Amino acid sequence: MSATAATRSTAMGKGAFSSLAYRKNRDRAIELILLACALVAVFTTLAIVLILVVESSYFFEHVTIREFLTDRMWTPLFDDAHYGIMPLVSGTLTVTFVALLVAIPLGTIIAIYLSEFATHRMRESVKPVLELLGAVPTVVYGYFALLMVTPFLQKFMPDLSGFNMLSAGLVIGLMIVPYVASVSEDAMRAVPRYMREGSYAMGATRLQTALRVVVPGALSGIAAAYILGISRAIGETMVVAIAAGMQPTLTFNPTEPAATITAYIVQVSLGDLPHDSIGYQSIFAAGLVLMLMTLVFNVIGFFLTRKFREAY
Amino acid sequence: MNTNVVHKAESPRLAIALEERRALRANQAKAIAEKLDFWYGTNQALKNINLVIPENQVTALIGPSGCGKSTFLRCFNRMHDLQADTRYSGSIVLHPESVNLVGKEVDPIEVRMRIGMVFQKPNPFPKTVFENVAYGLRLRGFSNRTDLAERVEKALRGAAIWDEVKDRLSDSALALSGGQMQRLCIARALATEPEILLFDEPTSALDPIATAKIEELITELRQRVTILIVTHNMQQAARVSDFTAFMYLGELVEVDATSKIFTNPSKKATEDYITGRYG
Amino acid sequence: MSAVMTIEELRNGLAWRKNLDKAFVVAGLLILMSCLGLLALLFVDLVRDGAARFGWDFLTQFPSRKAERAGILSAWVGTSMIMLVTAVVALPVGVAAAIYLEEYAPKNWFTGVIEINVTNLAGVPSIVYGLLALGLFVYKFGFGQSVLSAGLTLALLILPIIIVGTREALRAVPKAIREAAYGLGATRWEVTKDHVLPYSTGGILTGLILGLSRAIGETAPIITIGALSFIAFLPDPPISGAFPFVNFAWLKSEFTAMPIQIFNWISRPDQAFQQNAAAAAAILLAMTLAMNAVAIWIRYRFRKKINW
Repeated sequence: MSATAATRSTAMGKGAFSSLAYRKNRDRAIELILLACALVAVFTTLAIVLILVVESSYFFEHVTIREFLTDRMWTPLFDDAHYGIMPLVSGTLTVTFVALLVAIPLGTIIAIYLSEFATHRMRESVKPVLELLGAVPTVVYGYFALLMVTPFLQKFMPDLSGFNMLSAGLVIGLMIVPYVASVSEDAMRAVPRYMREGSYAMGATRLQTALRVVVPGALSGIAAAYILGISRAIGETMVVAIAAGMQPTLTFNPTEPAATITAYIVQVSLGDLPHDSIGYQSIFAAGLVLMLMTLVFNVIGFFLTRKFREAY
Repeated sequence: MNTNVVHKAESPRLAIALEERRALRANQAKAIAEKLDFWYGTNQALKNINLVIPENQVTALIGPSGCGKSTFLRCFNRMHDLQADTRYSGSIVLHPESVNLVGKEVDPIEVRMRIGMVFQKPNPFPKTVFENVAYGLRLRGFSNRTDLAERVEKALRGAAIWDEVKDRLSDSALALSGGQMQRLCIARALATEPEILLFDEPTSALDPIATAKIEELITELRQRVTILIVTHNMQQAARVSDFTAFMYLGELVEVDATSKIFTNPSKKATEDYITGRYG
Repeated sequence: MSAVMTIEELRNGLAWRKNLDKAFVVAGLLILMSCLGLLALLFVDLVRDGAARFGWDFLTQFPSRKAERAGILSAWVGTSMIMLVTAVVALPVGVAAAIYLEEYAPKNWFTGVIEINVTNLAGVPSIVYGLLALGLFVYKFGFGQSVLSAGLTLALLILPIIIVGTREALRAVPKAIREAAYGLGATRWEVTKDHVLPYSTGGILTGLILGLSRAIGETAPIITIGALSFIAFLPDPPISGAFPFVNFAWLKSEFTAMPIQIFNWISRPDQAFQQNAAAAAAILLAMTLAMNAVAIWIRYRFRKKINW
């Protein structure tokens, strides 16, 4: 009895107490450091918004919002300067549309196949390989679009110009297939097993269960995959910069060359514009539009994903 | 320990059971399981099950957790086929055509179209009440709206839920209460007029009032459809079933009229279980 | 006898439905295989187009006006230095942020804001990071068009990837392990440092490699901050023979990088340069794929090894 008491008092002696205080203070200090690192994310967002808004504000001192939104030409670097964002937006939307025509059907079919038909083993081995498609550097995809896809398409469409939005869009579509597939597949796999069992027990085939129960059940998750895919296509830069030409043209015809918002930023960055020129500021204005477009889709995607997570 | 006892005592009783089975087969057997074995991989989950399911009667399967009663139930509509590496041997013959439900040549989807199932957890689809019940019909290619509406109503009435949902047919099924959901799932199964209806512990997720309604419903349904029910709750088996089969460690220990099983079981293992000595 | 349909009708309908099923399986497999086939085709084509240029000289020569004499020396050295900066910055910050969010953060609106930010940053187009870097690092902080600016930019870009990867790894450590350590009187940091972190090394490493494999191929943000494509010198080496053995002059050096070099060569109409582009692209693609393969392998091994 007394021996135990003695041991206890040594283990909890004065030294032990001070060391606990030291350990607790160290813990608090470390927590602050960790918090600071987590705040880097917040500061990055703030910095992005701040830089884009401040630099654009210089731009909008020269250019009215009205001109920016309604002028049908974008030629900030020419002597006859026009500052209408529409041609860049039309290029961006056209490329995105072509990309989605590829990515949504292929991505969805692959997702359904992997989630509902493939064996566990097949799924586990195919998914990482599929994700490699999304890991290919975009500049390599640019090479693919310009020097392989376009010549290939020209065999069927002799009039297709060497730079065109079609090849760029098709390749971007291929690039985001794994992304759309993987997010949709995650959503489908989150549909509970008992839901599938209910359907199978009624005598449904796999395809019927997939299309009538799993896809509707995972709808908000699949929608999130599409929306986030759109956001990626809008923000993709190098493929369009390389393969679509850099000529801002107000057109929705994918067989024509045109510039997207991102391609324009690259084009200006390649030159050597002085820091205070309107050309320099114009890329921030274009970047702001790009940021707003992707932000809208990202926010919708975020809430759809959350809604989906809550459902199950 | 108990298994040994069961094994030794089995043979004479089995002979009598076989006599009964032959008698049943002659007039009113809906399905007969014979020498049914089932494996998950190398693990044998069911061993030599012999059981007659009489037509338009309620047969209850009871036994402690892991005894194989749900596994046995899921053989009837081949749910095991959805998993890789499962294997049946022996037969479950469905009458009157004498098809072997677990036969390799028989399509599991066809089996599931003929034999309905209600699950432990109510699992309506995230669709409207109407579409849930119409689901099986739509799978079969029904698309005529009036025809569907008639059949849906009939099924909902059959599941004693029509009055509660007739004004909410286009609401989401997920907005119903747990008990309503389960009756909706019963209606969903009834809509395609199955030959046997399987219940896998249908009330274990429900409160006592909802449970009472489901039990009443099962008693009514018996007039029209053959029912096989797995239950954890022995009072429930006693209340709703005509025959009760007691399973233990993957084997069928004893089957008899429910009143006999609960008052005068012939096996010690059955008696031990019923009196709550294990399980 | 099913009353809604005769057995015959039922079987006919079923045969049709099962054929649809089979058709879908064929379609799914075909699409999957053609996507993977395209990737293989792309790689084979790059290797074939660039075959003439592969060799020691290609790796050890500076860019040149003559295509056949041009090499990627300054490009791969530049890329390596940028990756060094990126990894050194992104790894500790990303892991620390993940630890905060997973182990420390209280559940309140403030944590919610941080989480939304991380999710959102993952979706910001990479060129916007370039604009941020141009305004902030290049001009405001005066880092210029340097290795440091590029490394920091890519570090911010891959931060969300590292944070998400680390959080997943941390989350996979069971609560019981944490409770066991707390039960012995460990503080939160001690629990994290002694138990949670060591068990998550695999996941963290995977996140880092995947992040770097993304960074190594990023072109747009580096173009935006003004990488040059014609660099015929190497930055000072980071390690020197004399005291203090390390120097940081390379951080301020102008640079080029693999993707920039490729982009430059693709843009030239001369076919000889496009061969160079193909050869360099094949090397870059091989590096990216190899990094991904390593990441997959690590993830697979750790999953196998640890069985909670």
